[in-house]
This record gives sequence, structure tokens and C-alpha cells, in this order.
Amino acid sequence: MMRYFVRHSTVYEYGGDVAHSHHLLHLKPRELSHQRCLEHALELEPEPGVRHEDVDAFGNPMARLEYDRAHDRLSVVAQMRVEVNGRAASDLAATEAWELVRGRLGYRATPPRADDLEACRFRMQSDHVAIKQEFAEYALRCFEPGMPMGAAAQALMHLIRRDLKYQPGSTTNRTSIAEVLKNRRGVCQDFAHLMIGALRSNGLAARYVSGYVRTERQDGAMALGGDASHAWVSVYCPPLGWVDFDPTNDRLADEDHVTLAWGRDFGDVSPLRGMIVGGGRHKLRVDVRIQPLEPLSPGSRDNGR
Amino acid sequence: MSSPSPWTCAIIDRDPRLPGYRSDARRYDELLDGQGRVRGHWRTLIDGVLEDDARAARRAAEFTRRMIVENGITYNVYADAQGRDRPWILDPLPYLVAAEEWRDIEAGVAQRACLLNALLADLYGSQRLLAQGTLPPEIPFGHPNFLWPCVNVRPAGGRWLALYAADLARAADGRWWVLADRTQAPSGLGYALENRQIVRRAFPHLTQSMDVEPLGAFFATLRDELLGAADAEPLAVVLTPGSFNETYFEHAYLARQLGFPLVEGHDLTVRDETVYLKTLSGLKRVHTILRRLDDDFCDPVELRVSSALGVPGLLSAIRRGTVSVANALGSGVLESAAWLGFLPPLAQTLIGEPLRLPSVATWWCGEAPAFDWVAAHLPELVIKPAFPNQKLGAIFGSELSAEERSALIARIRARPHAFVAQEHLAFSQAPVWYTKNADGLSARALGIRVYAIATPQGYRVLPGGLARFASDAHAEIVSMQSGGGSKDIWVLADSAEMTEESTAPSARVDRAPSKQTDLSSTLAENLFWMGRYAERCETKTRLLRATLGLRRKLPFHAQATDICRQLGASAVFDAEKRFTLSGDIDRLGECAARVRSSLSAENWRALTVLLRDYRRAQATRSDARETLDRLLLSLASLAGFALDDMTQDDGWRLMMIGRRLERLLFLAEVLARRLTQADTPLRQELEWVLEIGDSTITYRTRYRAPPVWDHTIDLLVYDERNPRALAFQWRAINTLLIEVAESLGTPAQDTLYESISDLVALKYERFGGDLALAQASREVLARRLGTLSAAASRLSDQLASQHFSHIEFEVRAVSA
Repeated sequence: MMRYFVRHSTVYEYGGDVAHSHHLLHLKPRELSHQRCLEHALELEPEPGVRHEDVDAFGNPMARLEYDRAHDRLSVVAQMRVEVNGRAASDLAATEAWELVRGRLGYRATPPRADDLEACRFRMQSDHVAIKQEFAEYALRCFEPGMPMGAAAQALMHLIRRDLKYQPGSTTNRTSIAEVLKNRRGVCQDFAHLMIGALRSNGLAARYVSGYVRTERQDGAMALGGDASHAWVSVYCPPLGWVDFDPTNDRLADEDHVTLAWGRDFGDVSPLRGMIVGGGRHKLRVDVRIQPLEPLSPGSRDNGR
Repeated sequence: MSSPSPWTCAIIDRDPRLPGYRSDARRYDELLDGQGRVRGHWRTLIDGVLEDDARAARRAAEFTRRMIVENGITYNVYADAQGRDRPWILDPLPYLVAAEEWRDIEAGVAQRACLLNALLADLYGSQRLLAQGTLPPEIPFGHPNFLWPCVNVRPAGGRWLALYAADLARAADGRWWVLADRTQAPSGLGYALENRQIVRRAFPHLTQSMDVEPLGAFFATLRDELLGAADAEPLAVVLTPGSFNETYFEHAYLARQLGFPLVEGHDLTVRDETVYLKTLSGLKRVHTILRRLDDDFCDPVELRVSSALGVPGLLSAIRRGTVSVANALGSGVLESAAWLGFLPPLAQTLIGEPLRLPSVATWWCGEAPAFDWVAAHLPELVIKPAFPNQKLGAIFGSELSAEERSALIARIRARPHAFVAQEHLAFSQAPVWYTKNADGLSARALGIRVYAIATPQGYRVLPGGLARFASDAHAEIVSMQSGGGSKDIWVLADSAEMTEESTAPSARVDRAPSKQTDLSSTLAENLFWMGRYAERCETKTRLLRATLGLRRKLPFHAQATDICRQLGASAVFDAEKRFTLSGDIDRLGECAARVRSSLSAENWRALTVLLRDYRRAQATRSDARETLDRLLLSLASLAGFALDDMTQDDGWRLMMIGRRLERLLFLAEVLARRLTQADTPLRQELEWVLEIGDSTITYRTRYRAPPVWDHTIDLLVYDERNPRALAFQWRAINTLLIEVAESLGTPAQDTLYESISDLVALKYERFGGDLALAQASREVLARRLGTLSAAASRLSDQLASQHFSHIEFEVRAVSA
């Protein structure tokens, strides 16, 4: 079991006054069987005119903000204490063959299993994830017939880590998977989108997970993506259910990963998106710190709530 | 000539009055029965139009063509080489439907609207149909218009579809089949109404004697339903993507008919989860939005980020229930042929009735048995994309080689859920008068679009609609984009029973002008700039014409050419650059297109003619003088419309301020530049100045002598009775500014006062003669004219920041 303190700060310095703006935030961790949010606070400067907490269609906590007064700076600081437990052991070899998974997700005019129906939300084209023959073929380089779904996803993760160079600044929020595959470099978002695109193009279900990863691992190695918000991929692997793969670090997600939200792609769960009126050119500073906390004595366990 | 088709062997050609009208054995013939006789419900019409060597038809055809041009009814086709607007094509001959037959269509369309609304309620609610396996999740979840942020957002009254349209065609067996459902923002209703108004006048006697169902009541109902749920003073708007959209004409027309302001996304703003229209008098609450914008573009905060067309925060207002949007965001998900095959069982499940109107036979390839069947029967089928964002047109299996077929099958197999296959339906044919060369009736394949609106009593169907026919006798595709034409649909009233409409007092859809306070800031701004550009074109034209008339030998010629260049009028045609007469004429056209809903048909027509003539002259390199003369005439008629043909509200006032400001700026510039030239001018120079100031005749009648500086200045600067003089402009501007200020309850701008009083102080100076004193006065005058110009420019900026400022900001996306 691990406990973390996370501070995620986003500051916009606008070139001129922003007269009016709307923002959408995915900055609060989801409650999961292996994860609890002990404490969460959102510091906003200036104070918004309207602030609504809600849950989106994928079950993620979210907030909507509206600013109705002129401001030339916006600071959004999310601070949280999160407890992450070890995930159930994932015996990837014990998952269904990937062709069977594809088959079970297809329509057969009979009531689908609830898990399968849930997975169907995450196997179609979405704004950032195109479905292409090219992506299907990319995955098929490492998919062997009859390979268990989990093992196939792992092989794909290895392939992506081998082929792609992690290079901050080499891509933007709108870089397409096709470009990433061509230029062979990107950041965690691109690694995740490519993996999702390759899986979905083969009729499989994969979702985009937004969160944080601890930089210094317990074994002393350094993880990539820890200095910013991180992203990885959750793959539907029956009968295990969803298994999280982190292609940027080429490993399964574990106690080092704090989950914020998941969706079809980045667009569904970007930590902070918005529309501003005015403002001129702006400077953006994002700062993420994730800090393991000392294990607490059992008695003080729930004090943070 | 087109090559003879394989079906012409089946020609039946019996009625001697119909030499060019041929039946086709593959098609149902709307006009002729199996024996080649005109069907009963068509007889009155056919007898009427063909009587006396088809005089009525010819006259109606001519009338229709003229009305299309005069009313400026257009249809934009993207990437059209002929320019953005293409004239609408309307056949004068209506398409007739007998009362009894219409009752089936009406009941079928109303039922379908009800069914589809229930389907939306499920998809955006419990998704029970997916859980039961009744529907494949691939279809909604793969559709770009299934909007996840709209899940669990229930519109008021559970009304997703306020307006629905079905595309129907009649097969060879005489039955009607549904080809497609329009659930997003059904287009064509405005065209249908406009078609009716023209055709009714084209055949005034027939409309009465044939007892045609009127359309007015439907539009009144639509208006009431849209305004319905709101408070005492509800405001509804029509949201358009803008003047580049293919059906922009219709958006403007519909807005005017319904009496709702036509707005673009940036005219609306969401404050405190409530939608407001930015008007000249401030923000005004909006209760209903009739949108012509695709749903995924409607809110860049929660939906597609890439677009500036939408209204940031709209979804939050919808969720709060402060605004209702017709149709509900997310309704576009039903626009897919993939649904069609699932509708019959759904009708039983959702509304407990059998489906009344069948859909054209459709197989969704995502089901394995359907895919196998499609692969085996490809030559008989048409393959279509399941989702609107696929870049794929209809593929006719019969036109493919064996190799192409297997390639297509492989492509479908890779992504079966993204394809549907449909049976090929031979549309029925109907008589058409409109043809390029012929002069008589000929046959064209035809489809109809039928509309329904939600009312508390259920869906109500428009007794009429939009019929569309194919471009030539053998063509199958009926769409305006592929060169076909449209027809009015006449539903013939049942003579046996009086219908509700015919007994009720006829509900007329009159132009119900929106209240002045609802004038959107964008509209006001465009009116202001339309005024400025119209006047700018006029002054530049005068300048060019006067300069062309100067003898080249005059020493002054070079200076005049210089002034022309400095003022952006160096050539009659100069399409390359922006700050030229050509550029100004383009800008005038753009502004006018954006304010079209406030211009009369005649005014719009005058503008269209002006633009067309100028472009034609440019293309053929016409004589410059002649072009300028013609242009001046057209511009003068625009000025006339501005004075006499518009409601004199604040928008109009701002337009007139624009005109006056521009005239003042320009004349002050020209005078200042001439006055600083040291020498006493030649007579030709003053004549040149007077011509630019359009005061030659006035001068001649008043002074009956060659021009001198003193009188010229008096006439062009100080004479308040000369509508071209600076004094006339500033007085008019001040009056208009005061009126606007009173109407809006704001203080009037006094930006011009100081420079005006400085100028007036010089009124009795001597400017003439060659005395050093006069020279000095001229220089002072020139400086003060410069100050006036600067003040006028400032006034323009102030008007912009006071009335239009909130629309000058660019709305941008941020993401972190």
C-alpha cells in the first residue's frame, strides 16, 4: 500500500484581460477498488463565478468553472492525498485469446454481458483515435494467433516502447497517431493513443487513463512522465477485466500509478480544458509533484478525510 | 445528347399532349396509369397548364425563374467554380398527392418521429436497448454525433426531436419507402415555404380551384412550440454556422418568417449557465435555440474543441434547463442508414405498434449473417458508410469489376460495423416542366422530404414539403447538390371532409420583425460596415471617374493620380490587393451577405446585380469609364434602398452613420490634400474636386461661373443644404448618434464637436485669390480638416468598442 501527496498546479498568464471563460476540470482521482482519495482540495485564483462538481458519463469526477469577470491570470492548484493498494495479480497468460475477445465484443442480437457492453464504449473511433488498417497491421506484428489478450497487449506495449522515442515537446495535443507512428516520437499521451488505436483497429477495447506516476520507483529506477500529468492504457482482458499498461514506461501500472480519470481518449479526460474570450497570447506553466508519504500509524488512518 | 438507355424499349407514349413524357417500365409513374391515361388527381392541373398550347405553363415557368432571381434564392455549393451562390432551381409544376394517400404518409411520418424520439430517450438515458441486445452498441458508440456529455441530459418534456424530416421515395410497386431520417437540423423547410409562395402565385387560379392544403398553420405552430415553454417575453433565435453554409439562404429566410433573430455562435454567450444574446442594448436572455449547426459543434467546452462556431458553455445551460435547443444536442446520432433495419422491432418495443412506413431494405454489415448475405449479393446492392465522418460515397455493386468487388468485401470485413448495404430502389417519376432546352413536360425521378414538428398532441406533419428531382431523365440521384431541382408539393384537400385548416381562419406567416432591442451586435456591426463600404465604393468610383476624365497633359494630372493611389483607388480592377476598389466591392458583398435577413428582396437583388456586373466587367476587361458609370448607377440605387427601404431602427441608424462617416472622411482627405498644394488651382482642378464631391451641377446652377476656391469650399464644406457637404454629414451623424443614444439609454458620443467648431470658426475666411493671406487660411483649413478626419476615425473606433466590442475578441481553446 502506498500513500501519495500530489500537487498539480496549472497557471495561465494571459497577455491581456480574459473577459469571460469556461473551463472543464478532470483533476480529482476516481474511487477504485485499489485506490482511495483521502483528501482533495482545489485552489482557484481568482474565484470563479460558477463552480459545479459533477460526474461525467464515464464515471469520472469533474468540475465546471465559469469566470465572468476580467482576469489576466488563472491559477488552478489541485492537491490530494491518495492511497493506492496493490492491484489484483494479473496473470496475463490466463486471459482469453485476443480473437475471442474481439468476437465476444461483436453484436450477436442477444443481451451482452454487462462487462462486455461497458467495453464496447471503448472500441470505436474517437476524436483523437482514428481506426486504420495501418494501425491494425502495426499490432499484428506482435500479435500471434491464439495469443492471450493480456500477453498480446503486453507485446504491443513492448513494441511501442522499442519503436518510439520519449521526447517532450515533439508533439502537441492535436498530433495524430499516424504522425506519431511516422515520426516515432512523442510523450505519454502519444504512446497511449498509439496503443489504443492499434488495439481498437483490431476490434479490441482499450481506454485512455489520465493520472500520475511516481518518478522515483521503489527499485531506485526513474519513471518517465512523473514531472507532468501522465497517461496510460487500460485494456479489456476477460476474464481478468481491465488491465492497465503503461507503454511509456513499458510496464503494468501498479502502486506507483495514481488514477484520475478514464475515457475514450485524451479529449474526454484532459485535466483542464476551456474556452476563453480575449486574453491575447498566453503563457502556461504546469507543475506536477507527486510525493510518497510516510506510512501512517494505523490509528491515524482516516484522519485525512 | 445522352446515349439511349437500355430501358427506353419500354416506352409508352399515349396522351398526345405529352410528346416528351415517357413512362419507364421500371418506375412507378406518378402522372400516368397503366393505360397511359393521366391519373385522376393530376387532371385539373395538367388540363390547366397545357391548355392553349401550354400558355399557363410557359408563363409560370418564366415567372418562377424571375422570382428565384429577384428573391435571390440561392443554394451554396462548396467548391463551386461559379462562385459561392448558385440559384435555387424550382420547377413551376407542383408535385401532387391525393388526400387519401397523404393520410398514410402523414401517419407514417408522425409515427416515425415519435419512434425516433423514444429511441433517443433510450440512447441518452438508460440504454436499455443496448443491454437487452436489441441494438448493437457499435452504431451509437461509433457515430460521431453520439455525444457522451449529453448522456443523462433529458430535454424539457422529453422532447429530443422538435423538428423531424423523412426522405421518401415511391418504388415501382407504388409503395412509399423511407430512404433517410433527418434528425439533426432538418434543412429545406424554408425552401419549401418559399417554393409554395412562388408556385401559388405562378398558378393563382389553380391553387384556388384545386383546394390545396395551406402551409401557414404549420409554421405558426412551429413558432408557438419553439416559444412555448418560456416566460412572458420569450426570445428564440435561429443559430446558423454562417453565410458560407450551403443552406444559409434558408436560415435567413426561416428566421425572418418565424420572426426570430438569426445569430451565429459568437452572438450568444453563456453567463451563469444561462444563454444570452449580445444586442446593442446589452445582454438579452435566450430561451430557445433553433439550431442549424451540427450538434458536435455546438459547445467547444464540452464537445468538439476545434470549432469557433459554437457557444462555449451551452451544455451547462442545457443541463440547468435554462435554455432549450431544437433539436436536442446529440440527435444527430440517428442520421445513419445503419439504424434502418432495426426499426421494425423497435417500433414494437418502444411504442407498441407496427412500423407504418417501411424503410428501404438495408443490411448493417456489423452482424455476421448480414455481412455474409451482402458479400454474396454485392452486385444488386448499394454500399454506404454507416457514419457521416467516413470519407466514402455510395458504391453501386453493379458497377464494380470482380476484383473491385473482392477488394470492397475485404474492406468491409476489416471494419464491418462501418458499412451498410441497401437495395437499389428505382424512384417513381413525375412530370417536370423545367428542363434546360425542352419546352414541354418530361419525366424525372423524384423523392420527397416530409416534415413533422412536436406538439403536445403528438407530431404534426406539414401538409406539403420539398420534392426534389434528378438532373436528367436517366439520373437516379435526387439532390440539389448533384444538379437536380425542387418542386412544391400540393396535398389535395379531401373534398368529402373539411380539414381543420380550411375551416380555421387562415394563419398567415407574416414577416414578424424582431424587436429592435433584439438587434444582435454582429448584425449591427455588419450594417455599419456595409454602410461604410457602400459609400467607400461610391467615393472611390467618383474619384477614379473624375481622374480618368483629366487630360494627361495637365500638370495636375500626376498629383491627381497620386491622390488616387494614396486613397486606394489606383485602378478600376485590381483584384489582387485588398485596399482597392475591387477589394471594397468584395467587402461590401460580404457584409451584405451577413445582414441579408434585414434587407428587402429588391435591395438584395440590386446588390447581387452590382456584384455580378462588376465581376463580369472585370472578367471581360470592359471599358473603364463605362464600368464606372454603371457602378455609380448601381451604388446610387443601393443608397436609395438605404434611405427608403429599411426599417429605421438602430441597425439602420448605424448603417447610415457608417455611410456619412465614410463620406466625410473621404471628402475631408481630398480637400485637405488639395489645399496644401501651394498654387492657386487651375479651373480643371476645382472641377475635378467638385466632381469628386458630386456637386458640379449644384455649383453651376448656383454660381453660373467657373469655379473658384471660395465658393468650392463653401459648397463642399459648409453648405448644410448640400447633401454632399461635410456640414451635412456631421449634422446627420450627430442627429443619428443622439437617436441611437436615446434608444439605448446611453450618452451620445461628442467626439466630433471640437473639430467641427474649429472648422466652423473659419467659415468666413477668404480662401481665394493669390494673396499670401488666403494661402495661410487654406493651410489652416487643411489642418483642421485633418483634425476632423482623425476625430471621425476615432468615432468609428468608439462605436466599435461601445456597441460591437464583445464580438471583436477571438474565442480560443486552452488545454493543459
